[in-house]
Amino acid sequence: MINFINVSMVYPNGTKALIDVSLRIAKGEFVFLVGPSGAGKSTLTKLIFREEQPTRGQILFNGKNISRMKPREVPYLRRSVGVIFQDFKLLPNKTVAENVAFALEVIEASRREIEKAVPDALERVGLAKKAGAMPSELSGGEQQRVGMARAIVNNPPLVIADEPTGNLDPDTSGEIMHLLQEINKCGTTVIMATHAKDIVDGMKKRVVALEKGRVVRDEERGGYGYED
Amino acid sequence: MRIKTFGYFSREALISLRRNSWMVLASVGTVAVSLIIVGMSLITVMYANYVATYLESNVEIRVFLKTDVNEDNARALQDQIKSIPGVAKAEFINKDKALEDFRKDLGEQQNMIEALGGKNPLPHLYKVTTISPQDIVKVANKLQALQQTDQIKYGQGVVEKLFAITKWVRMVGLTVMVLLGLAAIFLIATTIRLTVFARRKEIQIMKILGATDWFIRWPFLMEGMILGFIGALIAVLIVDVSYAAFTDYILTELSFNIIGLNRDPRFLVSLGVALLGTGTFIGAIGSGISMRKFLRV
Ligand SMILES: Nc1ncnc2c1ncn2[C@@H]1O[C@H](COP(=O)(O)OP(=O)(O)OP(=O)(O)O)[C@@H](O)[C@H]1O
Ligand SMILES: [Mg+2]
Repeated sequence: MINFINVSMVYPNGTKALIDVSLRIAKGEFVFLVGPSGAGKSTLTKLIFREEQPTRGQILFNGKNISRMKPREVPYLRRSVGVIFQDFKLLPNKTVAENVAFALEVIEASRREIEKAVPDALERVGLAKKAGAMPSELSGGEQQRVGMARAIVNNPPLVIADEPTGNLDPDTSGEIMHLLQEINKCGTTVIMATHAKDIVDGMKKRVVALEKGRVVRDEERGGYGYED
Repeated sequence: MRIKTFGYFSREALISLRRNSWMVLASVGTVAVSLIIVGMSLITVMYANYVATYLESNVEIRVFLKTDVNEDNARALQDQIKSIPGVAKAEFINKDKALEDFRKDLGEQQNMIEALGGKNPLPHLYKVTTISPQDIVKVANKLQALQQTDQIKYGQGVVEKLFAITKWVRMVGLTVMVLLGLAAIFLIATTIRLTVFARRKEIQIMKILGATDWFIRWPFLMEGMILGFIGALIAVLIVDVSYAAFTDYILTELSFNIIGLNRDPRFLVSLGVALLGTGTFIGAIGSGISMRKFLRV
């Protein structure tokens, strides 16, 4: 599904965030990205939904070369990637349901689709009862579940989560991981960048480790591999 | 664009207009003032042109003969006048006809004629028109030189002055209009910039959710266009109301219509449409500038 071919990424200020990264991720996989702070995990995920563009190398998404994609095609790429953030990125002046519906409004879905898909997504993350609440009235874990509902509401084939549990306590993190696994079981590919050793070690999934912009380890059913 | 999407855009545009009310006031005000000036100078230039053309095509030289020239001798001059190069027409008006015309011009104040006690103090005269306005001075000099001529009269310099005024109004109007137009564009651009800034988080989320560039841009473009349109609306109201008041004043107080005042509502409507179009366009340019600089999507 995703194929990085000798990808390098240098930020305009000269920081070499990724160096010659080659990586294949198949449909339906669950992949952890681990590594020290500044290793390039976030940069790698941003390349997939083209928030950033590689300086060298090719990135294929479902066979399509996204490094050579025209700007006007980018929105359609992004519609097939659901993104979950450490800081949730919810709109504070919209209700839970409106935040989730926003993902469909901006892609000009019909009112009927929205009325059907939003309650479904909230149901999947267990927040059906909070549909009318404002984000400020929710706990961190609940806010992150809203973020997840927004990411999956249009059934994207890929979900990217950048430190989704970074701001949450261990119990709440467990709930989030459980939901991500549920999403993955339904056939959605999941890529998650994290520092959470316990989670990675407990899940026995594929682990890709980055250090100073290079892939230094890629194991099926791997562990976190670093002392915190 | 779907109707629903249009609704979304308008709602978003209105929300952010409320948020920056001072900037909104400034930009709407500037658009209004600049378009008021545009409207007023358009009207002025139009009338000045109208009057100038009217006068130009109607300038005639009136040649008053000496009172001792009798009618036969006066009529005999016709061929001589017509033979002056540049003369198009020479119409003889005998003194009785001249008095009659005068009586008509006086209208209700006939007592002035009665005061003459039945005598006619007017001389015979010729009304001479030239082929082109440029010949007037030359022909006038020739006519003055005739020994039967007492005096001649024509609109010396009036036409030239009028054209000078028109040119001046047009130039000043254009300069002020352009400067104010630029100020309006700048203010609208600043307003939109504030909006973009206030909503940068939302814009970022929209991008990641897969909104197209135009979906993101439309509310900002609409916001600018609404600003321009409202400014233009104010300008149209003010121009139309003051124009109506002005023509009312001229027609009722002065009760004459020398410059052919145009009270045709179609004229005001097309002026209004032009101003509204310009205002909306100014708004679109303003937000366009802001989006190019601050909305790299
Ligand atoms: N927008 C940017 N401009 C310049 N340099 C950047 C930018 N974003 C990241 N970097 C640099 O690129 C390198 C990789 O950053 P990245 O955010 O990908 O690391 P990370 O692995 O996600 O780290 P963390 O675990 O702290 O989130 C770092 O050195 C960082 O300083
Ligand atoms: Mg990161």
